Order: sequence, then C-alpha cells, then structure tokens
Amino acid sequence: MAVHSDEHTKALHDQVLYLLKEKFATGITSSSCDYDFPVFVVEKEVAHDVLKYLKEEPSLNYHFLTTMCALHYPENAGNEFAMMYQLHNMPENKRIRIKTFIPEQKLEIPTITDLWAAANWMERQEYDFFGVHFIGHPNLIRILNMEDITFFPLRKDYALEDPTRDDKNDSMFGR
Amino acid sequence: MSEITRTKMEMAKSPEGVEGPGFFLTSMEKAVGLARKNSIWPLPFATSCCGIEFMATMASHYDLGRFGSERLSFSPRQADLLMVMGTISKKMGPVLKQVYEQMAEPRWVLSVGACASSGGIFDTYSVLQGIDRIIPVDVYVPGCPPRPEQIIEGLMKIQDLVGNESFRRRNSPDYQELMTKYGIE
Repeated sequence: MAVHSDEHTKALHDQVLYLLKEKFATGITSSSCDYDFPVFVVEKEVAHDVLKYLKEEPSLNYHFLTTMCALHYPENAGNEFAMMYQLHNMPENKRIRIKTFIPEQKLEIPTITDLWAAANWMERQEYDFFGVHFIGHPNLIRILNMEDITFFPLRKDYALEDPTRDDKNDSMFGR
Repeated sequence: MSEITRTKMEMAKSPEGVEGPGFFLTSMEKAVGLARKNSIWPLPFATSCCGIEFMATMASHYDLGRFGSERLSFSPRQADLLMVMGTISKKMGPVLKQVYEQMAEPRWVLSVGACASSGGIFDTYSVLQGIDRIIPVDVYVPGCPPRPEQIIEGLMKIQDLVGNESFRRRNSPDYQELMTKYGIE
C-alpha cells in the first residue's frame, strides 16, 4: 500500500467531497483527512446511497469494501454509535472512509449486503458485538459469540473481564 | 570385542505380591492398574500453543512412547485420557464436554497449561475460566506454555492415579456426586 503524501490525500479528499456534495448536498455532515485517509461523515439516511454512489459512479469506482466496523462513543449523547466503512479503488489504489453516526435509541441502519455480499458476515459481527441492527440483512444472527449471550460485549459499558471469576479481587492488582 | 554400553533401562515395577517358583500372586486391582497405567491412550484436545509443546512431547526427543502413551486416540470412544491443551473459549465448552461424555469409563483428564487450567491471561467474556468449570480434572500442569518435561510430569502423575485407582471408585457415591455436580450422566 503506497503511503500517499499530504497533498495527494488532500486532492483525493477534495475531489470526492466535491462529487458527494454535488450529489447529496446536506447529507454530508463533515469531512477531514485523518493521516493519509480522507474521511467523510454522512447522515445515516443517505449512508447507503453514498456507498452505492461511490461504488457505481465510474469516475470514483470504489468497488471494494475493505472493512467495516461499528464504533461506540458512550459520551456522545444522541449519537452514541457509529458505523465506519473503508472503501478501496483498486485500479487507482485510492482509499476512503465513510462514517455515519447512529443514536442508541434507534440503533439501526440499512444493510449494504445488496452492494457487497462480503458485508453479510461483517454486519453479523457488528450485530454480535455492538447490537447494531442492519435493516434488510438476510440473516442477522450472532456469528462469533455464544448464541445465548444476552449482551453486546464490545460496548464500553460492558466490562471486558469475565464476570464469573471469584478468585480475583482488586487488592491483587493494586486497584 | 569392545564392551557394549547399555543404556540404563527401567522396566515397569511389578506390584507387591507373593512370588514363588512359577507363580506370582497379587490382587487383580494391582495387576490391572499396572497394565492400564503403562498403556494410556490419550486424546489430544489441542487448541493453541500448549498443543505445539505437546507435539514436541510426542516427537522423538521427548517421546511419550516411553510411558506407553504413543498411541493417540483421535476418537474419544477409545481414549483413556483427555489431554486439554490450550485456551477453551466458551463456545468451545459444550464441544469439550461432549468429547468427555463420549469417552468410556474409566477416563482421566489432564489440563495442560494456564489457559486450560484457569483461563490464563484471557480473563475475558469469551474464554472459559478453566475447564474444571465444565468437566472434572485429575491433574493440572501449570505453565504458559509448559515445557515437554512438565507435560511428561503431568502424565506421570496421571499414571500414578491410574495405577493406584480402586476398582470401586467409579461406582462410589462420591464419584457419582462429582459427575452429578458437573451435570454428566
């Protein structure tokens, strides 16, 4: 993976932002260059359409979904969760990131399995660990954890340590 | 002729008994114990780095065959000893329990390494904090991972248990209670 210079990243950022603004106008909340990654924060109502546009617009051609994940910002009231998608234009070796915030009260977002079949298991994973509901997902069940667990372990309000240990206490760890 | 140097070899010791010309008397329990302890068929349940140490233990340098355990049984139905080596996640737990339940009595369990014994460094929501939460364990081998010598030491402790086990142990109320405690029948 070539590390792009700041100017290169900025140019890529400006190009994509121009096209996105033209197409979605107010749907694009903010944008930035994080290290060598152009990042676009979009409204969740248009997130699916933005991704579809980035994939299918020939001048952009972000045809490959590198990865996606959910994020938890418990202190960010009203927008406690976010979804992050990283897209790759392989012929031109350009990568961008799309981010969209979701409130905890209505933790749902349209699936992108209709765009990338690879999103199927990744969305299941995000459901498994964060409890994000993907509307229209063909099989939204847990994928890695036990089927019968009742919590979403990667949420920050859930302690990482096993709650059933009774042989450990704080005095052993200087806490 | 040059003198042939013999490696010091130790044969399995015969149990206590009465010996005379042409006969040897001992208890059935001791004779069976002797046979069992020197022909343990282990089932390796290896999930991580302790399994790599086990491979070294089985190979020629350490050679578990010296203890009569070179015949691994990959079917639980023919295995005497379940060797659990590595991190057991909670999702793997029911599988491990099923393997244990499929083993025929008498059966023994050797827990190799910190993870199998206590969860090790993985004090987290997804890892079983020691296999003794789901199946009874006879011998624990500490270490992260333990060296082959330690695994051999563990196996020798199992051999002691096997050799000295009473015929009636598996039918005793204590043993039944232990099985019930783990929900195994």
